[in-house]
Amino acid sequence: MTKLLSEFTVGESGKIVAVNGEGKIRRRLFDMGVTPGAELTMKKKAPLGDPIEINIRGYELTLRKTEAACVEVETK
Amino acid sequence: MKTFALAGNPNCGKTTLFNALTGSTAHVGNWPGVTVDKREGTYKGGSKNINIVDLPGIYSLSPYTPEEVISRNFILDEKPDGIINIVDATNLERNLYLTTQLLEMDVPVIVALNMIDEVEKSGDKIDASALENALGVPVVPVSALKGTGIKQLMERAAAMPAERKGSTVLKGALEKQLETACAYYEAEEISSPLFHAIKLLEKDEIELSRKGASSTLAKLGDEDMEAVIADERYKYISSNLANAKVKANKEVLTKSDKIDKVLTHRVWAIPIFIVILFCIFHLTFSENLFFLNGFTEEQAWMPSLVDCGLATEIDGEIEYNNFGVEILAIFYDGAIYSPGVILTNFLNLFLDHISGGIVTLMENGGAAEWATGLVGDGILGGIFAVLGFLPQILVLFMFFSILEDTGYMARIAFVLDRIFRRFGLSGRAFMPMIMGFGCSVPAAINTRTLADEKERTATIRVIPFFSCGAKLPILTACGGALCAMVGLSNVDVITLGMYVLGIVSAIVCVLLMRNTTQKGETPPFIMELPAYHAPGFKNLMLHLWDKTKHFVKKAFTIIFASTVIIWLFSHLDWSWNFVADEEMNSSILASLGMLVQPIFTPLGFGSQLGEFGWVFAVAAITGLVAKENVIATFATLAACITALGANVGGIDIPDAIAGIEGIEEATAMASATGITSAGIIAFIAFNMTTIPCFAACATAKAELPKGKFKWTLLFWLLASYVISAMVYTVGGWWWTLFIWLAVIAVITAFIVLRNIGKFDISKIFKRKKKGGEQ
Repeated sequence: MTKLLSEFTVGESGKIVAVNGEGKIRRRLFDMGVTPGAELTMKKKAPLGDPIEINIRGYELTLRKTEAACVEVETK
Repeated sequence: MKTFALAGNPNCGKTTLFNALTGSTAHVGNWPGVTVDKREGTYKGGSKNINIVDLPGIYSLSPYTPEEVISRNFILDEKPDGIINIVDATNLERNLYLTTQLLEMDVPVIVALNMIDEVEKSGDKIDASALENALGVPVVPVSALKGTGIKQLMERAAAMPAERKGSTVLKGALEKQLETACAYYEAEEISSPLFHAIKLLEKDEIELSRKGASSTLAKLGDEDMEAVIADERYKYISSNLANAKVKANKEVLTKSDKIDKVLTHRVWAIPIFIVILFCIFHLTFSENLFFLNGFTEEQAWMPSLVDCGLATEIDGEIEYNNFGVEILAIFYDGAIYSPGVILTNFLNLFLDHISGGIVTLMENGGAAEWATGLVGDGILGGIFAVLGFLPQILVLFMFFSILEDTGYMARIAFVLDRIFRRFGLSGRAFMPMIMGFGCSVPAAINTRTLADEKERTATIRVIPFFSCGAKLPILTACGGALCAMVGLSNVDVITLGMYVLGIVSAIVCVLLMRNTTQKGETPPFIMELPAYHAPGFKNLMLHLWDKTKHFVKKAFTIIFASTVIIWLFSHLDWSWNFVADEEMNSSILASLGMLVQPIFTPLGFGSQLGEFGWVFAVAAITGLVAKENVIATFATLAACITALGANVGGIDIPDAIAGIEGIEEATAMASATGITSAGIIAFIAFNMTTIPCFAACATAKAELPKGKFKWTLLFWLLASYVISAMVYTVGGWWWTLFIWLAVIAVITAFIVLRNIGKFDISKIFKRKKKGGEQ
C-alpha cells in the first residue's frame, strides 16, 4: 500500500517510491538521503504534533508534515 | 607550503579535527564577500608544515546555501593541493554522499574515517581498506577526539600525488548524457569537467548561467536526472557499504535514543527545556544560589559579613577587616553566589586593587587633579567596568556552547518548530535567537543556517531584543535601583521580566514584518538530529578563548576610545577648558544631553526629571556606541553629580543586592533625578531594544541583504521608542493600556485586511488604469 509520509503513525516503516515537491525542497530531501528506494521508519512526533522525526539511512532526520507530504512511501 | 581543505558534513567532528590538526596556530577570518567564518591554521606535526583551510560543514554541493557555494568555489577556484574529507563512521551512508561529489572534482582527496572508536565500541566493524579500494582514494581511520590516527592521515595526505582526475559513480546510469555534457565543458577548457557536467545534468542554477549550458542540457532530453543522480549515488554507497561495514546483530536502544526519549518527550520536553534555560541563567547571574537563602527577604536567614563582625560599613562603603575576608566576600556575603557571580567578583577584586594602586601612586607622586581623574575615573574606571562583565558573558557562552555541542540545540528546534512556524519562521530561527542572549554578533552570523533571505532579515532585526550579555548589567544595575526604590531584595524577577518583554517584542515585530515588509512562505525545515554526545573540553575552551580575545579587544579599542571621549566631553566645556566634577553642568556632554533630553519625555526619562535628568539621556546615547558603556557611563556620571551636590543618597540599597555591578551609581542617579519606577523600566526597555552596539551593527550590516541595513537601523530606533513609551505610560497610568490595545487592534485589522486583498492600493490603481485603457 502506498501512502504519504505525512500520514504515517509512530513506529510505521516503509520504502520510498517517489519524492515530489518544488526544486529546492526536493533537492534538499535528496541531499539528506530521502530518495526513492530508501527505507525509513517514523520514530516520533514533536510534542506539538509536528514536525516528525524519521530514521533513514541510519540517522535521525526531522521534517515538517508539509514536507513529508512530498514523500510517497510503500508500507509493508 | 601545501594547502589542504577540510570538508565534511555538519556534526561529523570537523571542528574537533581542525583543532587537533592546527592547535594554537588557528585564526579566524572571513570568506571574501560573505561573513561566513574562514578558519585557517598550520599543521606542524609532519616533516613539512601544511596549511589547513576549514570549509563550512555541508551535506552536498548544491547551489542553495552560501556554505555550499563557498566550499564549491574554494575547491574549484583556489585549487587546494588536496581535500581532507572527514566522514562520520557512525553515519557512513549519508556522509559518503558528499564524498561521491567531491571525488568528481579534479583534486586529490583523502578520507578521514572519524569516530571509528565509537563504531567499534558498539560492536560494528568498518574495513577501511575495502572502502579505500571501492572509492579509489586513501581512507584513514581516525579519532579526532582522542587524537589517534591523525599522524598517519597527514603522512598519507602529504604523500598523495599532486594531480588526480575526477571519477564518478554515475557512469553506469547516465553514460551517454555525461559524455555529451563533458565534451561541452572540455571544449570550453574548464577544469573539473566531470563535476560541472554532473551539476549540469542536475539543472544546477550556477551551471545554467554559463553561456551555451542551457542548449547543451536541452540536447540531453527531459528525463528527471536529478532524482536519478541522487538515487545512483546512494545505490552505489549501499552496495559498497555492504562490503565495508559489518553491523553487529543487535537491535537495542542506543544511549542517544534513551536520552532523546526523555528530552523530546510528548509532555515533558517543553517543561524540561524551560528548567534548563532557568538553570543556565540562575547559575550565571544569581546572587542567591539555588535560593538557599530563601525566596524573599523575609525568608533570608544568612548573615552578611557586616553582621558577622568581619566587615564594617562606613558611609555606604564596606570595609573588610582583612584580605581573607575580602576573599570570602567573593563567594559569600549575606547569600551564596552563583559561579558566574563568583568569577565576576574575583575579577573585580583584582581590577579594583590595580586601579586603586595606580591612583594612590599618582596622588603620592603629585599628579594634577585632572590627570588622576582621567586615569582613575575615565580610563581605568571605564575599561575595568567593561572587563568586569567578561566572566558572566563567558559562563553564559559556555552553557550555550554545551547545548550546541551535545546536540540538544537541534532538539530544541525540533520541539519548538510548531510554535515558530506560527510566526512565519522555522525552528532553526530559534538557535540564533537564543544565542542572542549571549551576544548578538555570533547570533547574527548564525542566521546563515536560515536559507530564506526574508526569514534571515526578520531574525537579524529582532536578535538584539534577546537581551545580550553586555546589556545584562543595565538590567541588573537599573533593576537593582528599582528594587532599592520599592524595597525588594531580589533582582531576578525584574531581570526575568525584562527578558520576557524582549521576547514578546521580538515575536510581535517578527509577526509584523512577516506580514508586511518581509512577507514570504514559511521556509522548509529538513534537518539532521545528530546523536547526543558529551561536549569536548578542548573545543569548548578554544571557543571561549576566541570569545575572550574578541571581547578584550573590543574593550580596549571601541569602548576604551569612547569612555575616554566621554570623560573628555564631560570634563571640557565648549571653550576647551577643564571642568572639574563639581562643574559638570557646563560640560559639552551635559549640554548635548540637555539638548536631546526632551525627546525622551514620553519614555519617562526626559524633561520631567529636572536638573540632573540629562544623565539618563547621555547614558542612553553612549549605549549606542557599545552597551557596556551605559553602566560605564553611569559610573562617570554618578561621580560627577555626587560632586555637584545632587541628593544621591536618598535611596537605601538592601544588603542582599548591594554587590551588583553599577547598582550604587544607578541608585544615586535615580535618587538625584527622582525618576519613577515606570521610567526606570522604560529606560531598561529602551536600551534593550534600540540600536545594538557597533560590533553587532557591523555584523548585521554584513549579514543583511544589500540595502536593508539603513531600514534596520530605523526599525530599531522606532521599535525601542514605541516599546519604552508603552512601558512608561502603562506603568504610570494603567488605563493607557486600553489606548495602546486599541491602536494595536486598528493596525492589526489594517494589515489583515490589506493581506486578504481588501485594501490593496496597487490593485485598485491597476483596475482604474485598465478601465482607462478600455
